Amino acid sequence: MSIKKLGPEELLALDKFSVNEGHPHILVDKAICATCTPQVCLVVCPARCYRLKDNAVNFEYAGCLECGTCRVMCVEKGVTQWNYPGATFGVTFRIS
Amino acid sequence: MADDKYDAIIVGAGPAGSACAYTLAKQGKNILLLERGNAPGGKNVSGGRLYTYALEQLEPGMYKRAPLHRKIIREQIMLLNARGATTIDYHNPAFGDGVPQSYSVVRAELDEWFAGEVESHGGTVASGVLVDDLLIENDKVAGIRSGSDEMRADIVVAADGVNSLLGQKAGLFPDATAHTVGLGVKETIELPDDVINARFGVKSDEGVARVAIGCTDGISGGAFLYTNKGSVSLGIVFNLVEAGRQKRQVQDIFQDFKMHPAVLPLLEGGTSVEYGAHLVPELGYEGIPKRLHREGFLVVGDAAKFGINTGMIIRGMDLAIVSGLAAGQAILKATKPADAGELYMKQLEESLLMANERAYKNFHNIFDISRIFNTYPALANDALQFLYTVDGKVPKPMLSGLYGVVKKNATLGQLAADGWKAFRSL
Repeated sequence: MSIKKLGPEELLALDKFSVNEGHPHILVDKAICATCTPQVCLVVCPARCYRLKDNAVNFEYAGCLECGTCRVMCVEKGVTQWNYPGATFGVTFRIS
Repeated sequence: MADDKYDAIIVGAGPAGSACAYTLAKQGKNILLLERGNAPGGKNVSGGRLYTYALEQLEPGMYKRAPLHRKIIREQIMLLNARGATTIDYHNPAFGDGVPQSYSVVRAELDEWFAGEVESHGGTVASGVLVDDLLIENDKVAGIRSGSDEMRADIVVAADGVNSLLGQKAGLFPDATAHTVGLGVKETIELPDDVINARFGVKSDEGVARVAIGCTDGISGGAFLYTNKGSVSLGIVFNLVEAGRQKRQVQDIFQDFKMHPAVLPLLEGGTSVEYGAHLVPELGYEGIPKRLHREGFLVVGDAAKFGINTGMIIRGMDLAIVSGLAAGQAILKATKPADAGELYMKQLEESLLMANERAYKNFHNIFDISRIFNTYPALANDALQFLYTVDGKVPKPMLSGLYGVVKKNATLGQLAADGWKAFRSL
């Protein structure tokens, strides 16, 4: 493989995840997000877990890198719960 | 056994937690070191440079056992504009003499080794354990809760990282806010060692640390590149408040930096193997919470927001180790657990950690000078382009040419204002 610009899916495909299906560790209230204008999550989440879908902020926890950016950046407190994934779940870094 | 009461429970097996646990285990204390990752290091991302003195403080010669990568003997600063770059290269082999000043590291290896050192002195390390809450009894922290398990100790040490949920649960500080942290993103790229040696002009045990500005779309922040054994770490740290004010995704800004014509040749032929992100304490001394302890509870490392960033020197892991050591020493000295907090604050002073933080107290104000991240790197490249261009036409007189370069990028008033602000921050 040579070095190329990697898209969000390609970047996350480099990492090892164990997803706790049906148990999101971060809860997002879409009703609050609908009233938020800055929607900074769209540009600052380094895993792009927050994306626009049908004009609304959609959150997908599976590729979360557990950094805490949304926790500190969410303007309208649409992130109603921020926690780490349960033990053994989430991302595992091997060479970072 | 769940009923056992430990002398100390340390939450988080990063450098701070392991340094604390090591200090205590070595003196025969009955300690439990908890890590939420499947193995220590599994949740951690850092740029990747450790200043060796911290391990030397913990135990002279310990660094020789550590899985350190390359000793950093070349320090480089890269100023980028859209197409080119000006790189300052400070090559000092003396940084590798004796006890080398610093090494590139990979956290998955370093943290696992460090926790293993704790185990070798009889400490108990349990990975895959997420601490959900603190046990608080009679206004004292008495232990932790993980799922339905409760574990008790004379003292709990929160080494739970920059997001320190435990420090918050203990009521020591409020939820972190965006201006106190930066966002680091990083790609690890495998490259053969002989390629790294040739490309960066180092021997096989030597390495380069490079920082770069002018690659963040004007957002306060900078990039880094560290040479490891068999890989390079490439990343950017962004000021989050400014990143949130603009419209480009931070991933895109980072990927464009990777593909920059002056950066890509350093990586060509490599293989991207991992992508990570992590928050970093951004404010130095001013970001450290006023309260780092309560009865039965101490906060160390990133959780205490220890960090120093001068743009040229970026320190976190060394301060984490020194603070973990300070906490361990305080616990050992305390004749009763209630004394540990004040003793910890004293140890932080005696270890010179706080003096180091204070020495750079105002430094973060420099990063409010927005032109550092766009205008000045461009100016440097324009100036060198003017000085190096030979095209057969009549060259402008040197001084007026350079003045033209300055005027194209900034006004003299801006230069004066920024110079004054920088001067006042030093």
